[in-house]
Amino acid sequence: MSLLQSTQFRPDPSANATRRALIRTWPEFQNPAAWLVALILVIMPLIANGFFLIEIFATTLILGIIALSLMFLAGYGGMVSLMQLTIAGFAGYMVAVFGMSGNANISLGWPWWLATPMALALATLFGTLGGALAVRTEGIYTIMITLAIGAAFYYFTNQNWAIFNGHTGINTVATPHFWGVDWRSDIAFYYVTLGVAAICYFAVQHVSRAPFGLALQGVRDNSRRMAALGFDPNAHRIAAYAFAAFIAALGGVLQVWNYRQISPGSVSVGACIDVLIIAVVGGITRPIGPFIGALIFVLLRTFALDVLIKFGLDGNRFRLLIGLGFLAIVFWSSDGVIGLWERWRRRNASPTQRSGGGRLG
Amino acid sequence: MLKGNLGLIALSSLLLSGTAFAQEKIKVGVTATLEGTYTVLGEDGMRGHQTALNVLGKKIGDKELEFVVASTDATPDSAVRAVRKLIEQDKVQILLSPLSGDEGIAVKNFAKTHPELTFVNAASGAQETTYVDPAPNFFRYNMDGAQWQVGLGKYAYETKGYRKIATVGEDYSFIYTQVFGLVLEFCGAGGQVTNRQWVPLGTKDFASVIAALPDDVDAIYLGLGGADAVNFLNQYQQAGGKAHLMGGSIMIDQTILSSKGSAKNALVGTIAASGQADTWEDPNWQKFVKAYQDSFPESKRFPSPSLLATNYYGSTMALILALRQVNGDLSNNQAKLKDALAKIEIDAPNGKIKLDSNRQAIGTNFVTEVVDDGKGALFSKVVKVIPNVNQTLGYDPAVFAKIGLPSRTVPECKKY
Repeated sequence: MSLLQSTQFRPDPSANATRRALIRTWPEFQNPAAWLVALILVIMPLIANGFFLIEIFATTLILGIIALSLMFLAGYGGMVSLMQLTIAGFAGYMVAVFGMSGNANISLGWPWWLATPMALALATLFGTLGGALAVRTEGIYTIMITLAIGAAFYYFTNQNWAIFNGHTGINTVATPHFWGVDWRSDIAFYYVTLGVAAICYFAVQHVSRAPFGLALQGVRDNSRRMAALGFDPNAHRIAAYAFAAFIAALGGVLQVWNYRQISPGSVSVGACIDVLIIAVVGGITRPIGPFIGALIFVLLRTFALDVLIKFGLDGNRFRLLIGLGFLAIVFWSSDGVIGLWERWRRRNASPTQRSGGGRLG
Repeated sequence: MLKGNLGLIALSSLLLSGTAFAQEKIKVGVTATLEGTYTVLGEDGMRGHQTALNVLGKKIGDKELEFVVASTDATPDSAVRAVRKLIEQDKVQILLSPLSGDEGIAVKNFAKTHPELTFVNAASGAQETTYVDPAPNFFRYNMDGAQWQVGLGKYAYETKGYRKIATVGEDYSFIYTQVFGLVLEFCGAGGQVTNRQWVPLGTKDFASVIAALPDDVDAIYLGLGGADAVNFLNQYQQAGGKAHLMGGSIMIDQTILSSKGSAKNALVGTIAASGQADTWEDPNWQKFVKAYQDSFPESKRFPSPSLLATNYYGSTMALILALRQVNGDLSNNQAKLKDALAKIEIDAPNGKIKLDSNRQAIGTNFVTEVVDDGKGALFSKVVKVIPNVNQTLGYDPAVFAKIGLPSRTVPECKKY
């Protein structure tokens, strides 16, 4: 079905052929709301101070990138992988291990431009191998096997002192300095994060409409038919894992630069499930969903305690508020915030105006 | 997408309003483990903090202290996140943080990125925090885990006659530090530590640990805390365990001794060492216990303050007294305050405390034994009081450095 859907979109007939092609590839360039969001994101450092810039928006973008990798697998490949955060954490650990940190006995002290590609490559390999294991299963078994990989990695980091420094983790991880810029200073880091998030977003958007992405969606919808057409479903799935692992790894590298430390708490099972919550709350039908989900998640996590205290309630119950917030979203829209938005738009616009490559898009 | 825009706009208006605050306030950020395995410890720590405010007041000259609390879960990540929120969002000028060992190491490292602020450790007790590469703006008024074990090894060997022991501990820096202190002294006296087991923080099922406990030892040392300790005791009793026990500083503590159920009764007669003893007769201690009891209704506190309450009390007290010495002057990157903090000697409830050149506490340690008060409540009774315990545990610093940093296998069981 989705193979057809993406060709349903019919641009304005008066436009010339190149423009039509461009619009078909990037329909969001036509959408004024998208331009407005982009503009706000670019001038954010003028509006927001250090805390909001980093703790809210940069953190949102980082979690969004990690959740985006899950969205790609789940939305286009039909594979719910709970190990995306584990891959990100692995990349973060590798940055700390190969790069410079306060734990001189563990870190190899490579410069960042060597350590980062190494971390990305290893994490992609890790994700691909995990994917190769997981593609042998479907549905709930995929969830279980990826969760098992995540849990095993968490306990391994917790108890391995030679590489991962156990429960203490690795502190004071060095961040890049070059061209006279401290790339971890608030504004520079925000733009790095924004740039990476934008690249990941458009890459996912692009792949979803490229032949590979279309074939992947075909595999998702009916793998047997795709096999009969001469596609190799498992090879497509493994390639999807590799692509998603690379995106998750980028998120992981940013995360370790953000906190300058990494420890098993960053890759705990709870955190793995947070990524799933982010993706589900935002909606897994479009690449923008994970970013919206991440924003909601970060806002709730940061402010739930303050909100409760402001209303004179027991601040210790702040996790309850977070849970209720998520429950409410999932209850009213099984397709996350994106689903709410789509429904609202469908009610206000003619029902034929639909675009996008996701399952329900 | 429109929704996203609205959210962003709402946010930007929110953050513009959040920056202004009154000048005459001194903002202090406090973190405690209000989530996870160590929740009970964090809650009692906050009670100790509140008791200090009740006793000493919040006025610093004509300024007033304002406290902002953030919650952590004993993982270093959560501590760094909480501290960053306090500094960047709430604009606190002074930190009273954190509670747990690995949090302490992470916050100390984080403190170096904010040299202009002052960090007063609340209760964490890993050795590395102040011993390795200390941060000049990080002050610790409680002793570390090894200092809190001083006296226990000798007492076990000489008075109790234990010759061989095994240890079970949570797998992280604070417990390593505790076992470090115990092993140094016990093995130094001639004893043997035959087996050291490590369990992840937050372990719920101790069946395999209990099954692997050796039979041919005189006592088993427990370096557990919070929910882990209670779970272990329950399962140990169900398994019919009868060995003599020895306890670490957060094991033999009101957080465990006041827990519900009968499992804690296995602890009667257990010897332990800690930075406090519940039944110490010193008037200063008794005054603190009274203040703690008066500050909270009986159902919302322990019968007697836990080690965490005492630590939070001590660090809050040191901070308030130092701030009063400099009359709340935070100018010039808080230089005067840091100077006062480094020099101040406080009459804490658990004995006199002063800092060494690494800004680490030198204080009093207590060897204790658990007793039943006859009404079913358990307390730690003083056996021995050891004043002036320093971070190198009385060893020559050069010798001490050779022992190595506390870990699963360090120190070796021998005389150094």
